[in-house]
Amino acid sequence: MPTVSVKRDLLFQALGRTYTDEEFDELCFEFGLELDEITSEKEIISKEQGNEKAEGASDVILYKIDVPANRYDLLCLEGLVRGLQVFKERIKAPVYKRVMPNGEIQKLIITEETAKIRPYAVAAVLRNIKFTKDRYDSFIELQEKLHQNICRKRALVAIGTHDLDTLSGPFTYTAKRPSDIKFKPLNKTKEYTACELMNIYKTDNHLKHYLHIIENKPLYPVIYDSNGVVLSMPPIINGNHTKITVNTRNVFIECTGTDFTKAKIVLDIIVTMFSEYCENQFTVEAAEVVFPNGKSSTFPELAYRKEMVRADLINKKVGIRETPENIAKLLTRMYLKSEVIGDGNQIEIEIPPTRADVIHACDIVEDAAIAYGYNNIQMALPKTYTIANQFPLNKLTELLRYDMAAAGFTEALTFALCSQEDIADKLGLDISATNAVHISNPKTAEFQVARTTLLPGLLKTIAANRKMPLPLKLFEISDIVIKDSSRDVGARNYRHLCAVYYNKNPGFEIIHGLLDRIMQLLDVPPGEKKRGYVIKASEGPAFFPGRCAEVFARGQSIGKLGVLHPDVITKFELNMPCSTLEINIEPFL
Amino acid sequence: MPTDNFIESSFWNFDALFQPQQHPARDQHDTFFLKDPAEALQLPTDYVHRVKRVHSHGGYGSQGYKYNWKLDEARKNLLRTHTTAASARALYRLAQKKPFTPAKYFSIDRVFRNETLDATHLAEFHQIEGVVADHGLTLGHLMGVLREFFTKLGITQLRFKPAYNPYTEPSMEVFSYHQGLKKWVEVGNSGLFRPEMLLPMGLPENVSVIAWGLSLERPTMIKYNINNIRELVGHKVNLQMVYDSPLCRLDAEQGSPQTQETT
Repeated sequence: MPTVSVKRDLLFQALGRTYTDEEFDELCFEFGLELDEITSEKEIISKEQGNEKAEGASDVILYKIDVPANRYDLLCLEGLVRGLQVFKERIKAPVYKRVMPNGEIQKLIITEETAKIRPYAVAAVLRNIKFTKDRYDSFIELQEKLHQNICRKRALVAIGTHDLDTLSGPFTYTAKRPSDIKFKPLNKTKEYTACELMNIYKTDNHLKHYLHIIENKPLYPVIYDSNGVVLSMPPIINGNHTKITVNTRNVFIECTGTDFTKAKIVLDIIVTMFSEYCENQFTVEAAEVVFPNGKSSTFPELAYRKEMVRADLINKKVGIRETPENIAKLLTRMYLKSEVIGDGNQIEIEIPPTRADVIHACDIVEDAAIAYGYNNIQMALPKTYTIANQFPLNKLTELLRYDMAAAGFTEALTFALCSQEDIADKLGLDISATNAVHISNPKTAEFQVARTTLLPGLLKTIAANRKMPLPLKLFEISDIVIKDSSRDVGARNYRHLCAVYYNKNPGFEIIHGLLDRIMQLLDVPPGEKKRGYVIKASEGPAFFPGRCAEVFARGQSIGKLGVLHPDVITKFELNMPCSTLEINIEPFL
Repeated sequence: MPTDNFIESSFWNFDALFQPQQHPARDQHDTFFLKDPAEALQLPTDYVHRVKRVHSHGGYGSQGYKYNWKLDEARKNLLRTHTTAASARALYRLAQKKPFTPAKYFSIDRVFRNETLDATHLAEFHQIEGVVADHGLTLGHLMGVLREFFTKLGITQLRFKPAYNPYTEPSMEVFSYHQGLKKWVEVGNSGLFRPEMLLPMGLPENVSVIAWGLSLERPTMIKYNINNIRELVGHKVNLQMVYDSPLCRLDAEQGSPQTQETT
């Protein structure tokens, strides 16, 4: 969940009233937000770097608010305030308008070179905007939040904002060889080529994460104005020339990326949020984008979409009984301006550009429910009777678990992921013989493969409980994973039962006795007959020679039992004899 | 519901659930992807086409996400990140049976997340999931079922909060008042599955599916005052604790039982 940090007093000032922390927490809960933390800059630095570094830092109270991941309109103070004020019916939702400029429209021309690397771009102008330090910080912070969320760390979309008064259009968005791009980037004092910048930013804690997006490409994206001034090299860095300050009055915004829909949404969000501070409030000046094929479009789209939903559908889905007029009121409180039309049962809902998250009637149903108050809805139970059943494999497992415990064995719950060694080398096998499922890019050796046997988990449990009195008798009935090309995904689980006996003597007879008991419980008679089971002397790299047997039941091999080889015991950091049984219980379903 | 498959394809784990392909959860650092077998061998072709369409163009009353949906991405195998993937398979199977009969499903099984590990987070844990598919289910029904479900677990004071999941809308987080910690804690997540998920499966339009889920480890740790999840799951569990633990009687008296001293 994205977190927005806002100054509490600034928030209350914009909301027009103060709240106690509890009251505000309650408001957040109602609306679907979470007041995650109440802190201050001083506290944050104190926690991260110690009290000395925190000296002199601001102790202005900050609210850290968790916002739903699909609500891009709540990612800054401006959006939060607007949303909450409309929710509380203190203001009417402002209408956002795109207006044509008095003079020439700003043009962004896209050349075909961008097609292979970052094909899409949209642009807009915020005209006669008034920044304060807080508004400016909020403006920068919103871009960062959008970059982290919908822009997927700048890979899908990158935002560039520029002081229009330092530039002269039309602007060109093209792609050039890194060595041909040279400019003074933001906050640096001299010019560098793009190649040099890639190197410099390798050690920049913030920017190094984005280099990979264009690093190895033959051409890098770059935006110029008509005088050759570089606005930006998306998605890495803006030029210093166009840097925005608190005194900037006219802002040119460009969003470039690989996802056109998201670029448009991101642009809409930025301009709707900050057009509040334009002289002509909530208006955004249009910009024209010319595509490589010669066609052009005007942005921002700021599209208002209309959707019609029946009032009784909303009532039915939520489980309430409101009049259509009331429902329209509820939705209007959620920034979805609605009115009853037609036969009195249809509600026409206007979806603003800030609510790109509303893509289906069900999104509207949710908003109606939120405005109504989830905790006001009457609870009911589904009327249909159904007959319950347990999944047969799990039922069998549950029955066996209790009887394993009755036989004196203690259950373990071990990890399904482990190292290759655990299921191969330590058991005297080669990994290729195990038919195991391998995980790509595991962070540590503990997540290399999915287990093909329950034995390593049980042996590790013994190793971690060395001080316990002997004998240690453990079992686990759980899934192992094996590759299987007959399954749609290429792998499947098998439900195995594994038991170990660890003591001063190997206790093979105990493990054998356990197998006999299990077969008795499963109603599998001893003997070669069709339904019966037998054990036949066998060998295995994990077992002591001459002390290993294979179990055959219902005509197939279901597993092995025996005394573990001393090498296995040592490799698992144990030092006493151990015997084990491991069988597949699925044939007994 | 059958959940005996830890390995899942991205299709069933994400795409069938209307979770878009650029969603952060599909990142390498949240999901365990597989090297071998890297890709699913088979996917239901017609259904895949319908899922592709609803993601990229919309339909079924939806605007869709309007991006380029790629089959290769859906084929990528992974360790399932939630048992909701198994619920998707179960609902798809239910949708193939005509005429539609209401069903109530549940599952309790293991899931895998490639997240940062700490005292309360492991790479594998267990999820509990409940699903009810029927005509005319409402948010009120979901709340009613949740109330009965949590009452059985000995959790009675509940509050519901609006939330967001890619595959449910409306969505609700369920909170309960913890007497010991003296605060509201989240005990579960729930919602109505989105039409973009249900309709491509072939479920009738007036069928709603309510679903809820919670992890098994977290409420257990809260109930037994356990601070480190490794004391509960994995090979480092203290066997003495297992030997000495009393019966788990959720319907017995309120208040957490004595914790076992770990020497």
